[in-house]
Amino acid sequence: MATLTYLQAISAALRDELRADERVLVMGEDIGVFGGAFKVTDGFVAEFGSGRVMDTPLAESAIIGCAIGAAVVGMRPVCEMQFADFISCGFDQLVNVAGKMHYRQDLAVPITVRLPSGGGFSGGPFHSQNPEALFMHSPGIKVVAPSTAEDAKGLLHAAIRDPNPVCFMEHKHLYRRVKGEVPEGVFETPFTARVARAGSDLVVIAYGAMVQVALQATEDLDGASVEVLDLRSLVPLDEEAILDSVARCSKVVIVDEANMTCAAGAQVAALIAEKGFEDLDGPVVRVATPDVPIPFSPPLEQAVLPGVDRVKEACRDLLAY
Amino acid sequence: MATETARAAGSMRAEAVPTDPAHAGHLKLEDRIWLLRAMLLMRGIEERAMSLYRQGKVPGSFYDGYGQEAVSAGAAFAMAPEDRLCILHRDLAAHLIRGVSPVRILSQYMGRAGGVTRGRDGNVHFGDRTLGCVGMVSMLPDMMLVATGMAMAFKLRGERRCALTWFGDGSTSRGDFHEAMNWAGVQKLPVVFVLENNQYAYSTPLDKQFAVDPVERAAAYGFTGVTVDGNDAEAMFEATLAARQRAVAGEGPTLIEAVTMRMHGHAAHDDMKYVPKEQVEEWRRRDPVERQERRLRDLGVDIDAVRAEVSAEIDAAATEALAGPMPTADDVLEGVFAMGEAEPLGDGRAPWSGWASAGTAGSDTGDAAGGDA
Repeated sequence: MATLTYLQAISAALRDELRADERVLVMGEDIGVFGGAFKVTDGFVAEFGSGRVMDTPLAESAIIGCAIGAAVVGMRPVCEMQFADFISCGFDQLVNVAGKMHYRQDLAVPITVRLPSGGGFSGGPFHSQNPEALFMHSPGIKVVAPSTAEDAKGLLHAAIRDPNPVCFMEHKHLYRRVKGEVPEGVFETPFTARVARAGSDLVVIAYGAMVQVALQATEDLDGASVEVLDLRSLVPLDEEAILDSVARCSKVVIVDEANMTCAAGAQVAALIAEKGFEDLDGPVVRVATPDVPIPFSPPLEQAVLPGVDRVKEACRDLLAY
Repeated sequence: MATETARAAGSMRAEAVPTDPAHAGHLKLEDRIWLLRAMLLMRGIEERAMSLYRQGKVPGSFYDGYGQEAVSAGAAFAMAPEDRLCILHRDLAAHLIRGVSPVRILSQYMGRAGGVTRGRDGNVHFGDRTLGCVGMVSMLPDMMLVATGMAMAFKLRGERRCALTWFGDGSTSRGDFHEAMNWAGVQKLPVVFVLENNQYAYSTPLDKQFAVDPVERAAAYGFTGVTVDGNDAEAMFEATLAARQRAVAGEGPTLIEAVTMRMHGHAAHDDMKYVPKEQVEEWRRRDPVERQERRLRDLGVDIDAVRAEVSAEIDAAATEALAGPMPTADDVLEGVFAMGEAEPLGDGRAPWSGWASAGTAGSDTGDAAGGDA
């Protein structure tokens, strides 16, 4: 076991995969000599060469489209979007070419797209987004979102080894803020949810950076026993784990950092309404970013992103219901 | 006649492609008959499918490549088994050359269980992965990037093979066209881009699509562009073979502008009112099938026999396809995701006599990865 930051865990997974499988290559903007905007691939070129650690033209559609082409002739490309926001320029390739390929033609597209996502550091409207729900709505694409260093590594190993397109949502705000013990070597974390803290009075369901917010907000909540369920995977969505938590706790707060409408949490809420209704002792409560672009200035950004206080308040209100 | 543009030379003329009967270039007589056969099959299958469409047996709409048969036949004929193709909707001859049977194609059009996609996608939206082909999506130049990515993998693994894709004049306006051309030029990849200039993107004529001849753009991205008579299957073959040779020799991509004419509407519902009659008449005189027939008749080939054989094959295929079942919805939710190990593309059929003595230059198992691009 080594103590790694979330970012170091991602780097370690990529390095391990590049060493283990010569079909793996990483490709993206400024990831070679420069080591990437966040230094995830720092030093990789020296070990693996500029072919397998590929500086690409500044063209997101091309990054994903070329990865698809390489994948169907036997490679295992890992694409880096410099910021998750830029996936909008590659949306068509991911959704229409990669996502629909296997269903139409029995042709697997084993690509991983790393999406540095999320706000909290004045990135503004184009460097702060959480676009995961767009891909939940598109058949044929898996979506995972780690909240810990260990899961960042294990989920990335599993994503690269998965025969399907996988969006790997890595939260920028966790890169250097979250540290943890990470097992050595290759291990695959299943695309299932994880109970981050067990409890019985209320469950907070979250993923990515919001798991950390949920844990902090409910650490000492007037003595209540609060469970935190870390979804880890949005596609597939671990329905069984969600309904288990609901059955145990009977009260549910769902937290998304993404914009509220049709976010991942909306799907979770719908699932609970359909299949967990009898277990509920109160309304399903959602905390999410309102439907506005993420503003730049710190007081404005803090006003819209779900924080510890908002989650605390939502939990207190529901506990009192 | 082909014209060539290259970065250093600007615009220059290349040697004429030898296509008259006395100078068959790299084609033996059997190859030239193969080309005719592929074009006749394409035309015959599409005519049969159009009639099935009118009888209500082909759901949705129907798209064909009438008048453009030489573009896909000639280009696909120059591809080796280990090459990989992204085939578009006016390129049926490429599927036939790679080895997809007429019965599977007619079943595909009718949405039957025996179609290449088992009813999951329609018309020419298919690719048989076991034959090294990836089916198109409706956002046509998307496949240029897929082909570029295939070529990127071949180069990374040091394999002597190439990727080829087709697209139309309308595609040249999309960003993916530019992204693919640029990427392929920057990395000097073994990819052949066949621009099927058929004069209209749906109803939009060329002068509303681009301000410069698109073949000139190749030079802007640092590689060779060639204009070819797209109604001459043998000229298409020679230009594509030359492009493939450049590709596998490490000399980078080629843009082949195949000048042709879409002789039918965009799809079955399109009456082509926007096309001047004289333009259609002019192109009718340049019909690619008749042209190949004239050549071969002059060489003593029994064209009627070839036609009869093709016609019988289509009749048999249509009978079999019509007898085949529609798909059941039992597994309509299955297969969204791949399970187990991803299986890459397989090798396609490559009937050109020139491949008979050639060995396989690579495979998609990717056992030779590594090295700098």
